[in-house]
Amino acid sequence: MRIRLRGVAIAVGTVAAVVGGLWVLTIPTAGQAPAATGQFPAAYRAPRLDGHPDLNGIWQSVTSANWNIEDHDAQPGLHPELEGAYDAQSAGQGIVEGGVIPYRPEMLAKRKQNFEKRGIVDVVTSDEKWHDSGDPELKCYMPGVPRATYMPFPFQIVQGSGPYILMAYEYASTTRTIRMNFKEEAPTDSWMGWSRGRWEGETLVVDVTGFNDLTWFDRAGNFHTDALHVVERYTAVSPYHIQYEATIEDPKVFTRPWKISLPLYRRMDKGVQLLEYKCVPFTEELLYGKLRKNPRR
Amino acid sequence: MSRRLPHSLGALAAVLAAMSLPAVSVAGQAPAPAATRAAAKPAAAPARPYVQPKTPWGDPDLQGIWNDATSTPLQRPARLGEKGVLAEEEADQFAEELAEDLNRDRRDGGPEADVNRAYNEHWMDAKRLEATKDRRTSLIVDPPDGRIPPRIAPTPEAAKIRAARAEADARFVAGLPDDVEDFSLPVRCIIRTDSPPYLPTIYNNDFQIFQSPGFVVIQPEMIHSARVIPVDGRPHLTKNIKLWLGDTRGHWEGNTLVVETTNFRDDPGVTYQNTDAGTFTIIERFTRVGPDRINYEYTVSDPKTWTKPWKAMIPWNKTDDQIYEYACHEFNYDLVHLMHGSRLRQAKGETVPARAPRPGADDR
Repeated sequence: MRIRLRGVAIAVGTVAAVVGGLWVLTIPTAGQAPAATGQFPAAYRAPRLDGHPDLNGIWQSVTSANWNIEDHDAQPGLHPELEGAYDAQSAGQGIVEGGVIPYRPEMLAKRKQNFEKRGIVDVVTSDEKWHDSGDPELKCYMPGVPRATYMPFPFQIVQGSGPYILMAYEYASTTRTIRMNFKEEAPTDSWMGWSRGRWEGETLVVDVTGFNDLTWFDRAGNFHTDALHVVERYTAVSPYHIQYEATIEDPKVFTRPWKISLPLYRRMDKGVQLLEYKCVPFTEELLYGKLRKNPRR
Repeated sequence: MSRRLPHSLGALAAVLAAMSLPAVSVAGQAPAPAATRAAAKPAAAPARPYVQPKTPWGDPDLQGIWNDATSTPLQRPARLGEKGVLAEEEADQFAEELAEDLNRDRRDGGPEADVNRAYNEHWMDAKRLEATKDRRTSLIVDPPDGRIPPRIAPTPEAAKIRAARAEADARFVAGLPDDVEDFSLPVRCIIRTDSPPYLPTIYNNDFQIFQSPGFVVIQPEMIHSARVIPVDGRPHLTKNIKLWLGDTRGHWEGNTLVVETTNFRDDPGVTYQNTDAGTFTIIERFTRVGPDRINYEYTVSDPKTWTKPWKAMIPWNKTDDQIYEYACHEFNYDLVHLMHGSRLRQAKGETVPARAPRPGADDR
């Protein structure tokens, strides 16, 4: 009994040491009921690195948003006749604030078409049709922003003392450089956009422009044009969590700006490191197989 | 008709002139034995010892954007023997010749050369026309002759793999590939110049180094991968995880970042110069020797490939350029064009010529 009590005391002590005295002050019931889900203590202050909140680490979302950022049922994969429950999709609560993306009504048909043709790839007919169908993820293309953040792969934030922060994503070995307090506008369109950052108190704010119109938000076919403008906010809300928010604006597709939010979890696995997910070789048969001298299918 | 000189030569001359002052005393001394000179420190060492800056957490600071382009060849031209470093006047001449050789806007080789140079200077990194400022005659610093040690004859098994690869290359060069696997790994956009060791190439020679406590991360311009180097003393991955770019660990020796990479996949073309992934070793050393320069050194060995290990040093110069996204696979239209064309030509009965020309300037 004494041992058990001491165990509890150690656990509580550890929590207090980790999150600081504020936890005890703001949540007097600490050690009893957990805080409501989706809420973090309001006043967490991250450790500092070179004067700024230290966001270094390997992070990952725990969500099915890559399937669909809106609420969704469980559903089969593209080829249940081959894959059974492999590649099937779990149900999920979406990450869109308010639940629904404010599409212009005339744009919904395009989303439907994207979804229906998400598994259809034609890179053979002409260069112009190359990107007309097929989820970019299916083809191992760079995922764009914010999708890279909630794909089911870890990513590492590399924050030092220079004017740059690197986001290194395991998926497709994609990277994105965040230029801090940088003036130069996007020199050209790109898959991952042109990211310029600044600190607002506890929050890393990243303004992303210069997108091409080729990435999707998810496998459900939610999409944007090259008018996309994303403002991301990364706020450490505990030693183990970043609250991620992104405001998404694209007047060609949406009636107003809208927002997604989700927590990112620090990967705590022993010895965890980014591995390689170079998926290009996994796509070559799908993309180019028809053009083999002796096609396999 | 006056031969057009690359416009970067003027700048090169200025650079060489500017840095010749501290070097004169060295150049004017009695020449050291060639072997010693080849392995010696570069001639243009700064007069006062350089104080390496530290990051706020105490590691040597290598952060920044660096460019490794140079015209100085990996291997020393045989005619220079063991002459590892040139005197100033010789160096000017050497640099001029190198730049002239590499210049792709030349139109003095007849129609075939012109076609080969159609991928002209517009596409190239102009910095690749500049010789290293230390006036070396090769990037290889060991062995003293500046050349890759003799190759060991491959095992029958390795020879077979290599022959199959050569046939695939020949089909590619003839424009008659059978399969996507006939293309090299760089053309397939799987790995390009992001695979160690890092060597100067025709373009996209920039590297951005990021650091955070416990990590150094190198982002090569081509492709967009990040090479995350833990410097926190953790062990390598188990041998059950193989990687295209290998598993990298680093540690600091004084101000030098020493990097060891293991766990390479054994697909042909993954490890440097067709070495055997099972026996290939590579150690890279990054030393900041001035505000605007890192000396990048690599030592490679493979008892199945070379008679002995060898070492090269390539200066990395700080650049004000930015690295933009390099999308490769996403727009790999030409791979499809070549496959498509190959099907059409094969339908007409075309076959790979018995002696197809060898691949020209590959990216690696």
